[in-house]
Amino acid sequence: MSAVQTTSPTPDDTRKRGPLAEVLLSLLRSGTFLTGFAIVMFWVACALFGEHFAPYDPLADDIINALAPPSAEHWFGTDQIGRDVFSRVIVGSRDILTVAPLATLLATVAGTALGLLTGYFRGLVDDVVSRILEAFMAIPVVIVALLAIVALGTSKTTVIVVIGLSFAPIIARTVRSAVLAERELDYVAAAQLRHESAAHTMFVEILPNVIPPILVETTVRLGYAIFAVATLSFMGFGIQPPSPDWGLSISNNYGMIGGGFWWTVLFDALAIASLVIGVNLAADGVHGALND
Amino acid sequence: MTKSAKAENALELRDLSVAYRVAGRNRAVLRNLSLNIGQGEAYGLVGESGCGKSTVALTVVRYLPRNGSITGGAISLDGQDVMKLDAEALRRARAESVSMVYQDPGKALNPSIRVGRQLTEIFELGGITGKAVEDRAVAMLNRVRISDPTSVMQRYPHQLSGGMQQRVAIAMALANDPSMLILDEPTTGLDATVEAEVLDLIAQLRQELSASILFISHNLAVVSNMCDRVGVLYAGMLVEEGPTEVVFNDPRHPYTVALLRCLPRGGQRKDQGRLDTIPGFLPGIGVDIKGCAFADRCALADDRCRSELPPLYDLGGRLSRCFYHEKAQALPRATPSDVAPAPKAAAVPVLRVAGLNKTYSSHGHALRAVKDVSLDLRPGETLGLVGESGSGKTTFARLLLGLVPPDDGGTIVLEGKALAPRLENRSDDQIKAMQIVFQNPDSALNRSHSIRHLIGRALKRLAGLSGKALEARLNDLVRSVRLTDRHLAVKPRQLSGGLKQRVAIARAFAGDPRIVVCDEPTSALDVSVQAAILNLLADLQSKEDVSYIFISHDLAVVRYLSDKIAVLYLGRIMELGPSEDVFSGPHHPYTEALLSAVPKLDQTETARIRLDGEIPSATNPPSGCVFHTRCPRKIGAICEQQEPPLSEAQPGHSIRCHIPYEELARLQKEVVTEPA
Ligand SMILES: Nc1ncnc2c1ncn2[C@@H]1O[C@H](COP(=O)(O)OP(=O)(O)OP(=O)(O)O)[C@@H](O)[C@H]1O
Ligand code: SF4
Ligand code: SF4
Ligand SMILES: [Mg+2]
Repeated sequence: MSAVQTTSPTPDDTRKRGPLAEVLLSLLRSGTFLTGFAIVMFWVACALFGEHFAPYDPLADDIINALAPPSAEHWFGTDQIGRDVFSRVIVGSRDILTVAPLATLLATVAGTALGLLTGYFRGLVDDVVSRILEAFMAIPVVIVALLAIVALGTSKTTVIVVIGLSFAPIIARTVRSAVLAERELDYVAAAQLRHESAAHTMFVEILPNVIPPILVETTVRLGYAIFAVATLSFMGFGIQPPSPDWGLSISNNYGMIGGGFWWTVLFDALAIASLVIGVNLAADGVHGALND
Repeated sequence: MTKSAKAENALELRDLSVAYRVAGRNRAVLRNLSLNIGQGEAYGLVGESGCGKSTVALTVVRYLPRNGSITGGAISLDGQDVMKLDAEALRRARAESVSMVYQDPGKALNPSIRVGRQLTEIFELGGITGKAVEDRAVAMLNRVRISDPTSVMQRYPHQLSGGMQQRVAIAMALANDPSMLILDEPTTGLDATVEAEVLDLIAQLRQELSASILFISHNLAVVSNMCDRVGVLYAGMLVEEGPTEVVFNDPRHPYTVALLRCLPRGGQRKDQGRLDTIPGFLPGIGVDIKGCAFADRCALADDRCRSELPPLYDLGGRLSRCFYHEKAQALPRATPSDVAPAPKAAAVPVLRVAGLNKTYSSHGHALRAVKDVSLDLRPGETLGLVGESGSGKTTFARLLLGLVPPDDGGTIVLEGKALAPRLENRSDDQIKAMQIVFQNPDSALNRSHSIRHLIGRALKRLAGLSGKALEARLNDLVRSVRLTDRHLAVKPRQLSGGLKQRVAIARAFAGDPRIVVCDEPTSALDVSVQAAILNLLADLQSKEDVSYIFISHDLAVVRYLSDKIAVLYLGRIMELGPSEDVFSGPHHPYTEALLSAVPKLDQTETARIRLDGEIPSATNPPSGCVFHTRCPRKIGAICEQQEPPLSEAQPGHSIRCHIPYEELARLQKEVVTEPA
């Protein structure tokens, strides 16, 4: 029979969706991820378009109406100089949602590069860099922040650099362990047998395979970064007035709680909590989708 | 269950159908499967991967994965209807009368619990308490021939070798004296000598225990040695069944005929003809099968085969599901057997290795992984490396490639030029001249890259091509390993094992290499795919005049492809010579033992030489001849005191043994070892 020749591979043994499509599909099926993602997207929308639907100018004072409790006119009340808390909470997401993601991005880029280097070269490079990173991780973020402020002055850039550099070693640790496992695989030996450069092997061969753990670590770190930005702002090292930033507002108003003016603080605190929870839920979802 | 009134059959499957639910649809895996296993009988189930063997095993104890369901038929274990058992009765049946051993002993053993604890737990669950538990566990380990049970019980699974782990898994399976033992590829992960040991153990236990056995394997030779009857499964249907010798010596179904032809047998060599292959693929699960399931791949198929399901013909004590069972053996070959004449081996070696050593340090001790290896390789020649796991085969290959640097002193000369020990210091021409096909394509092919990228990058780096020239060469190369354009856009995980290995071969050939190292390139593949890959390697060799260094546990495969053989033990060459001489003997006592350990299809039970015990640790090798602790032919104190030299017994054939060649010839004539 002429149809029978040597083994002829047919296309039906190429199968299944790509890995990316599968991850996306399982994200869309994950309630955890969708909930978190919705919360985060809500705040992103507020950051981008908040001033269009905020009822008042978040910076406009109105001394006569200072410290008014929540009412139909001012849903979340007003602060010491009569600014509308509701409008401030909505627009207050803007700075934190710029600074925290940029800090996380910096941490991811720096951490990934360090993780690739230490995991790929191992030996001396790994020992030296890892010791330095460990020492660095032992210093509390606040002290790093103080030192940075002395050196760089207070600005958003300082916050990004401080948080980015403090988180980089943590990401580096995750990437390093993933790279150490990849390095044992034969495709790395195959690359060496083509005389590929170290940079090619690290960035073109290994990096695409360690994206999943990097993605998980990044989303988790974003939650911490949001918290860290709020904390630094609260302590006065972070985002500076007159921004309606949440941490900054809490810092300016927490003395008022004693006087019974809880609304000047509560809504900002809830906003921070909801954003952190949203990011963490999304991170959980990503973790789940990449690990089954 | 009353054991006194035993049913006639230990296991009966009646019209069993099983389906897996995938993407919302039930897809048939087993189709009206009926078979019986008598009391005390060993029944073998064979077939290509994916045909449903493990599903049968899982169904018997109703351990199907969550998406699997029994869609019809009946299962009876010792006369008891398994389908009607409630949860409690099912649990009891699993604990008391059926046991399973899987391919991967790691699956049965918990890595974080000591071996002893895992064993005693089973007895405690069985209601035994106190000191008796320990004793039972020790007795059980003795039964599976573990020499020092008390020390083994203190260890964690990873501290045992693969063979010992599998023996512990068998001990656990036997702990409650089952009446039915299901072994699912119990030796697939083990190498030939360990495999032989485990099979011996199972055979001996059969006599002691009178358990019935369902033995699943894709290795026909193993089944032929172990089982009374065999069933051949194809697409979830039984296509042939009968007594083992009868089925394997006189098959009556074209599929069985084809499977048997894929194996290199009776010392077949590449220049004596290509292996036959089975074209096409097993039908996927859930597809509608109108006529004979094998019709698309069967050269005897006609219209009747395609439209009408052949019944299981009863041929007197055996069954065949083929309309044309009486002419099954007239199945035309799928691959022509003719081979291109082998290239004349040129006199000048392409590779010369002299005095190569590699010492690792392991917990502060020196570990000689490769000791004083010297050999030559000519263009177009294949050197087969054999030896048990841990004998240094992979390390030797990695030294040649420069992936690990050798100790100072040895030399590797490629085409007349000395190679730098480290890869970084070798020239581009030198690296492209020596490439490798790894054992596991999943590890060797970067899963993030498309096949086009994988091969294209190799062409760019190794052949220095780009643009149109690269495209043209890529197309040639892809065709020469018999892939098609359709495969180029996909990622490795979308290809089957055999196709992935073709990609790896294409990549190794990208820079027109002089030498390709093949480290177990077919050990993860089915026999039909293995045959196609071996043919491909042989064809490429005769076309390109490339030399191979071929590592494999499968001695028949090594013999098929190799011109020359080096037998390694604890990093030393014990025997080196032309393939025919090494295989037909007289040979080194170690080679003799390796060869006699191989299960053979043609059940000519020759006197088996057993290698007892594990391979000694390379950190503390035995004095004198390193093989003396296991050598069945040891002549006395001299073996323990003096290391024998590797001396040339015949032109080109060297043996490292104190026994003179003529004496070996005389000794080995007494036990005629059947060739692998
Ligand atoms: N990187 C290493 N560090 C320490 N010991 C090693 C290393 N690589 C290999 N060995 C040891 O060297 C010896 C030879 O190993 P090798 O992997 O070359 O054997 P093999 O014959 O290829 O085994 P297998 O057939 O299982 O692949 C073994 O004792 C092994 O444990
Ligand atoms: S029934 Fe027809 S197609 Fe099926 S195996 Fe027999 S000859 Fe081949
Ligand atoms: S030298 Fe002695 S121990 Fe070694 S292989 Fe020969 S007979 Fe056996
Ligand atoms: Mg090996």
